[in-house]
Amino acid sequence: MTQRNRLTSGGRIDRSTSLTFTYNGKSYQGYKGDTLASAMLANGIDVVARSFKYSRPRGIVAAGAEEPNAVLQLGATEATQVPNVRATQQELFDGLVSSATNGWPSVDTDVMGMIGKLGGKMMPPGFYYKTFMFPESSWETYESMIRKAAGMGRAPRETDPDTYDSINQHCDVMVVGAGPAGLAAALTAARGGARVIIADEQNELGGSLLNSVALLDGKPAADWVHDVVQELGTFEDVTLLPRSTVNGYHDHNFLTIHERQTDHLADSAPAKMVRQRMHRVRAKWVVLATGAHERPLVYANNDVPGCMITGAVSAYINRYGVVPGNDLVVMTTNDYGYQAALDWADAGRNVVAIVDTRSVANGDRVEAARQRGINVITGSAVIEVQGSKRVTGVSVAALNSSGTQIVGSVTKLKADTVATSGGWSPVIHLSCHTGSRPVWSDSVVGFLPGPTVQRQLTAGGINGQYETAIALQEGLDAGQQALVKLGLAVVNVILPKTKALHVAAPMSLFHIPHLKPTSQAPKQFVDYQTDVTAAGIEIACREGFEAIEHVKRYTAMGFGTDQGKLGNINGMAVAAKALNKTIPETGTTVFRPNYTPIAFGAIIGRHCGALFEPERYTAMHKWHVEQGALFEDVGQWKRPWYFPKAGETMQQTLNRECLAVRNSVGILDASTLGKIDIQGKDAREFLGRVYSNAWAKLAVGKCRYGLMCGEDGMVFDDGVTACLGENHFLMTTTTGGAAHVYEWLEIYHQTEWPELEVYFNTVTDHWSTATITGPNSRKLLAELTESDVTNDDFRFMDWKQITVAGVPARVFRISFTGELSFEINVQANYGMYVWEKLIEAGKKYDLTPYGTETMHILRAEKGFIIAGQDTDGSVHPYDLGMGWCVSNQKPFSYIGKRGMNRSDCTRENRKQLVGLKTKDPKQVIPEGSAAVLNPNAPKPLSIEGHISSSYWSESLGHSIAMGFIKGGLDKMGDTVYYPMADGTVIEAEICSPIFFDPKGERQNV
Amino acid sequence: MLHIYCPHCAEYREEEEFHCAGQAHIARPLDPEACSDEEWGEYLFFRKNPRGLHHELWVHAAGCRKFFNLTRDTQSYEIKEVYMIGEQPSVVAGSVQQTTASGAKS
Amino acid sequence: MSEMNNMTAAESAATKAAVMNQVPGPDVEGQSPLHHADFAGLAKRGMQEGGIHLRELALLGHLTLRCDSSNHEQVACVAAILGVSLPLTPLTSAEKGAYSIRWMSPDEWLILVPGLEAFSIESQFRDAMPGHYSLVNSSGGSTVLMLSGDNAVELLKKSTTVDWHLSEFPVGKVVSTLFAKSTATIRRTGDQCFELVIRRSFADYIWLWIQDASLEYGLVIKA
Repeated sequence: MTQRNRLTSGGRIDRSTSLTFTYNGKSYQGYKGDTLASAMLANGIDVVARSFKYSRPRGIVAAGAEEPNAVLQLGATEATQVPNVRATQQELFDGLVSSATNGWPSVDTDVMGMIGKLGGKMMPPGFYYKTFMFPESSWETYESMIRKAAGMGRAPRETDPDTYDSINQHCDVMVVGAGPAGLAAALTAARGGARVIIADEQNELGGSLLNSVALLDGKPAADWVHDVVQELGTFEDVTLLPRSTVNGYHDHNFLTIHERQTDHLADSAPAKMVRQRMHRVRAKWVVLATGAHERPLVYANNDVPGCMITGAVSAYINRYGVVPGNDLVVMTTNDYGYQAALDWADAGRNVVAIVDTRSVANGDRVEAARQRGINVITGSAVIEVQGSKRVTGVSVAALNSSGTQIVGSVTKLKADTVATSGGWSPVIHLSCHTGSRPVWSDSVVGFLPGPTVQRQLTAGGINGQYETAIALQEGLDAGQQALVKLGLAVVNVILPKTKALHVAAPMSLFHIPHLKPTSQAPKQFVDYQTDVTAAGIEIACREGFEAIEHVKRYTAMGFGTDQGKLGNINGMAVAAKALNKTIPETGTTVFRPNYTPIAFGAIIGRHCGALFEPERYTAMHKWHVEQGALFEDVGQWKRPWYFPKAGETMQQTLNRECLAVRNSVGILDASTLGKIDIQGKDAREFLGRVYSNAWAKLAVGKCRYGLMCGEDGMVFDDGVTACLGENHFLMTTTTGGAAHVYEWLEIYHQTEWPELEVYFNTVTDHWSTATITGPNSRKLLAELTESDVTNDDFRFMDWKQITVAGVPARVFRISFTGELSFEINVQANYGMYVWEKLIEAGKKYDLTPYGTETMHILRAEKGFIIAGQDTDGSVHPYDLGMGWCVSNQKPFSYIGKRGMNRSDCTRENRKQLVGLKTKDPKQVIPEGSAAVLNPNAPKPLSIEGHISSSYWSESLGHSIAMGFIKGGLDKMGDTVYYPMADGTVIEAEICSPIFFDPKGERQNV
Repeated sequence: MLHIYCPHCAEYREEEEFHCAGQAHIARPLDPEACSDEEWGEYLFFRKNPRGLHHELWVHAAGCRKFFNLTRDTQSYEIKEVYMIGEQPSVVAGSVQQTTASGAKS
Repeated sequence: MSEMNNMTAAESAATKAAVMNQVPGPDVEGQSPLHHADFAGLAKRGMQEGGIHLRELALLGHLTLRCDSSNHEQVACVAAILGVSLPLTPLTSAEKGAYSIRWMSPDEWLILVPGLEAFSIESQFRDAMPGHYSLVNSSGGSTVLMLSGDNAVELLKKSTTVDWHLSEFPVGKVVSTLFAKSTATIRRTGDQCFELVIRRSFADYIWLWIQDASLEYGLVIKA
């Protein structure tokens, strides 16, 4: 039984290239040019899914993006698994492996199917809310069961081997959709000299023309498509994007297009090729030529496999040479539905009847059907389908003129396929993305794009214009309008001639009545993917949900991966009827990006793995790596964290590094500190305004530490600034705060004090900084310079311009360890050279490289704060015990002064930074621990503060901590308690945060 | 994603090159010490959140690093004008009604 | 060891700004940010044909000038020192011989000169430039990549949001923009030739990015 539904000729498939694919482990054949869906239908596969809630068997309904049922799992290997692929949009390739997503254990035998058969009483709308939410704690258990049974598809458990990327595009005219309207628009704009991008989700441009038997200029429509595409290809500034879905239309004419470059070739992209690419397009003008989706009608058992929409039937026959059954019944409210019957008959299969809900049908297509002897039954409807895994027959009955009631007796017809057309819904999704509310049209019987602020034009089906001739003309018009708006000369395009057909008015009908009331009739599905029925919507309305947004959420209508492309309008019609309102009165339904689901890979592009986040390196990074440093992320910088030797624990390394600094000399790569060069005669004044302390008298050659506060008075950054020249300063900031501080300086200069003559320039990357610190640091420095670096000539807080290892350097004698220290700054191109010279010369002093962790311990021993660790945006300088760093003598009310004088900042009992010494010297209080005064008091305990920094100090032989305590500066010697999660309590004494060398003698030697 | 005209670079760039620095025209009081706690609090913390026109301070952070102002409709995201620091907006709440109404018709 | 780097702090103070020759003598080899990538070796060993060509112009002198474009004396002084005028139109550049100037901002320009000339030019500015300005040597903070080849524009489109169409981005135009998740100052030097000034600390990231994004075109490293 190979491809029993395949025609021997016709269609756009290549019968000479046979492709093998598997579905649910079974092997099948298809042809090049097939979609997975067309190949499945050719092979007579009826059941492609089990439904979400009732687990009913489902078949292929549509031929495009609107398909709700044929949503499959793809992938030949674990790493290449792709969930939720619409078979109607997946091109067939040799070796494609697919399986049904829904159904447990399989689509053909399904345990959940029992629930479906027992019927709707058990699972009303809101079922999950009502049933599984209580007890709340069990929801996680229920959810995994539901997911398994409902089958949501699954992500791969191994790393995706493919590459994805994104590309930024600009154009004058972005044409969305390459049907007749889109092609005409693109051709016009291109000939007019515009930069054009035209994208279409299908594998070739042409849109509906590819499914059609209509003639253009007396030739097959595909010939015209071929000519136009060829001509478009000759323009240098025209980009053709087949297999590219415009998935989002964002503000200011920004569009995201998801191009599938290799999904049609193989399970995984061929070597060096990008599997999917996101085009991020900024367009001057957008032409939406997105066409329309046909609406199925809502009737009893309308989900039995074999129930389709009429346009899909035509598409499978004309484009893929597949007739998806033998005996067809068409039900339609309009003339277009007849085309499926005509195509079916042309394919040599049996059209049982066309059931037209209109009492009078006289359009040209209707007459054509009658002339071919097809049985046309007017004023009637298919009210129910028989069959379970495939349609076996239909019940037809006469309707009243408004279509609300059955008026005649029921006739049964044998059929295996029911194709219905309830009219067409313009594809307005993209126009909704930018916030435009759609507008209902009674004549179109559908929503049209609403008013928009975007530079947007529309043409063809999206305007409710479904005749090819009109679509072509609208495309031409849109192309010309775009040219006018762009200021380009308007050109003309001679459109192909089409046969004008008389089309009679459609009937506005969505929901076919049954003999029984909706609530008792067999299920009439509105949204296949989420199993929402007409009865369910009626119940939702009866339970008080009146706004369509609420009905949707209560029933889950439109919440599937198809976003309700087929069902939303029908659902609104059912709700409108239940509420006795019109459809526009019920509300509008809008759509959000993405139009169809997108692989995460396409969204992240190349920004994954090693490229997920930039890693910033200093000039000495390679050395650190070679020495086996472990790294810490500080902002985007990779800073050496510590340098373990073989066999050391982390604490052992830290102990060794700390002792080396205290006893001899250590070396730290401090290049990552933010550095800002400040020049201008008002530089000094500016510093005085942005730092809390005084800068007026800082002499050339001197350095000073400063605190930066926000206007609220709270400390946000700190650092040392050196006076390089009378009008020239070098500011350092914290590593993580550099960018923020720079922008902060600029915003004050540009918006508040533009009269100050000062310029700021970031020079963080320009200077490499090697800090040598410890009692032997001077000896080491002296070995590499000819300059005088004695304490007499080079004082603490001085900077000097000298050469180090032959390299010109600015050396700052400042200290973050409390030891004699020199920060050697050289142009970064020479950073590694100087570093290696220091290491070499330092061997005799056992020069020890250390990382950020040791740096933190050493500074904490001295009570030096780290902005961002010992500050959190709620502490001012006085809270930190750093009132010495605040000058109230400055004439200008510097940033932070007013803030720190607010009443809340001057009140008693603010949390203040103090040192904490544990009673048991071996205990290290975990950072973040909360302080209480009495751990035995009734809970909840009143929290007095918390630990911000805490370490083991090998130099001191006990733990040290810094932390906040309410009124702590006045509580020296008091005891506080830190209750731990395990029930133990750490007792600590409040003390000065300066644990080591309290007089500060060591840095002055 | 907004498309923003940088008045310093004199061309449109993508929003990701810019930072919004909040509401425009929040002048630092000339004499902060003279402000009451309430006045200082107003200056520091209170900002408008209008539905409709909003004047915002932006910086071309990845480009020329210059600040400028723009008037943006918070509902439609339209940028009505871009103007320099020190300048006043020409599109303001009163004048806009007309702009929007005529804009909608065209 | 250079002789010109011994300005005392007092001498610096006299000029109001500290200037120092930051380049040591020829016996000390400078390492550009991409030194360890060994472009010279890759140029010999690597692919010889491909759509993307990449070359590093290492160890140039990078000088950032901030001044007032409406100050005619300043503008004239720049022209006198460099022999080429400051480009005053946004996003333009000017070039003469080994000197090139990029507009960065209404009051900022990036000047590239041969590496060994940076200090001399800095000194000339300090001697001659009137009024309020700043001049900062940023040579260690960035490096220059020359990007060319049939797919150079595609690579830029993957990496930046700028419109690279020749009608919008002619030869000589310069932009500072985001490059992947870093930044770059990019100047078009030919129809398919571009100069990227990138920051030192991001150089490895950008190098990795370019290799990755070039995969489908083929990356040829030039010495």
